[in-house]
Amino acid sequence: MTEQPLKISIRGLKKSFGAKEVLSGVDLDLEEGKSLVIIGGSGTGKSVLLKCVLGLITPDNGEIAIDGVNILKLSPFERARKTRQIGMLFQGAALFDSLKVWENVAFRLIYGEGKAHGPSRNAAMDRLAQVGLPPEVGDLSPNELSGGMQKRVALARAIAADPDMLFFDEPTTGLDPITADVINRLIVDRVKAVGATAISITHDMVSARKIADEIAMIHQGRIVWRGPASEIGASGNPYVDQFVNGRAEGPIKMSLKNT
Amino acid sequence: MNPVAYTGRAALSILAEIGAISIFALRGAFAWVSGPFYTREFITAAQRIGFNSLPVVGLTAIFTGAALALNIYDGSARFNAETFLPQILAVSIVRELGPGFAALMVAGRSSSGMAAELGAMRVSDQIDAMSTLAVDPFKYLISPRILATTIMLPFIVLVADIIGILGGWLVAVYALDFEGATYIRNIDAFLTTEDVTSGLVKAGVFGFLISVMGCYYGYKSRGGAQGVGGATRSAVVASAVAILASNYIMTSLFVDF
Repeated sequence: MTEQPLKISIRGLKKSFGAKEVLSGVDLDLEEGKSLVIIGGSGTGKSVLLKCVLGLITPDNGEIAIDGVNILKLSPFERARKTRQIGMLFQGAALFDSLKVWENVAFRLIYGEGKAHGPSRNAAMDRLAQVGLPPEVGDLSPNELSGGMQKRVALARAIAADPDMLFFDEPTTGLDPITADVINRLIVDRVKAVGATAISITHDMVSARKIADEIAMIHQGRIVWRGPASEIGASGNPYVDQFVNGRAEGPIKMSLKNT
Repeated sequence: MNPVAYTGRAALSILAEIGAISIFALRGAFAWVSGPFYTREFITAAQRIGFNSLPVVGLTAIFTGAALALNIYDGSARFNAETFLPQILAVSIVRELGPGFAALMVAGRSSSGMAAELGAMRVSDQIDAMSTLAVDPFKYLISPRILATTIMLPFIVLVADIIGILGGWLVAVYALDFEGATYIRNIDAFLTTEDVTSGLVKAGVFGFLISVMGCYYGYKSRGGAQGVGGATRSAVVASAVAILASNYIMTSLFVDF
């Protein structure tokens, strides 16, 4: 399509947990600076895919190249250095509840990069301001915050070290529509500001349309459709149509058992 | 199921678990060597495990010493050896009961605490989040806890030894008509340095085992609140078994010198 270098290139990625195959050969390319949203039902392996790229789960088979380097062939130390460029917003925010909000945001600076507390605190306060939170919030404990505020703090934490890549795991799940929109805007805004390549997984179509350049649909461990976000309504793909329109009838049969 | 297959499978899974715990323990004990060393985490852990355990360990020790004094008196009176009460009591406490009881109390308190805390962090993705923030959870969470427990437990046991002997002294002096100064003098003349140090070495090993079990089961826990509950239970049971088994092995090595 373009001459842009591939930031992420995934080939034939497979992962099983026991007898259950979660990823059955995922192929996925993403150009630098683009925002891809992966949609799909619960338990279709979306989170597992992200965790494989992050190095939190080791896949059974396939390759994951970041900037053209297959990270699965690297030593654990080298792989950690490579995956360190990725900022991740976890579904439940995953804030450290033993630390204050500002320490969460500055966690990577202080503990990962050994920076001094004073400047790190200032940097954290700047990041909080960028996600629309006043400095007073910095001295609170994460469990004093609402779900939407926690997501904002987690976003501030994910972007604190200016990562090349940002992953969002269901960023708007469990939020009211207005807060969800605030988070969507912040994501679009921050991804642009840090110039990051972004992958988001969601089943919130409103959110997907807002934050995606492109959308890919995953079903039964494979990518079944991919296209520009503007074409999602007229994809002509029965899986995508069923999902986007939220119909119980169609080619996708929901299994009741979770993975 | 076929009973032979069942037994074999259980044996294999136990061996696999021991192997996994050993690898985990080595990684946890040495992760900090390549830096960074998180001093604040270490100090917090040392304070929580060491200082905050003192009340419960002290209470355990004083009652153990007191009960032991009565038992030794009653038993040794059968062959007119009750005057040796202070010596027997002191040896029993510093070699065996001080380290054992203190370790079991700390296992109940700290091993479960670590398993619950790390387990909750695991199921809420905090441990994964830490990795994505360029901080190795082994260096930040595991090493400080293992080092702190291993280093603090000998100090806790030293305090337990003193309080345990005091518990025996109270009973001996106030209930059994011993003379207080003689009681102390007899122990002082009889007890060797090795009696005490062997107990303290045991304490260090117990501390290591307690923290490894607490961290391992917490770190590996899965599946929400129930998973964390199971991790806590496994940590306490495994710590207790490891303490008692390693106690026998170490005792059999120490009594030979």
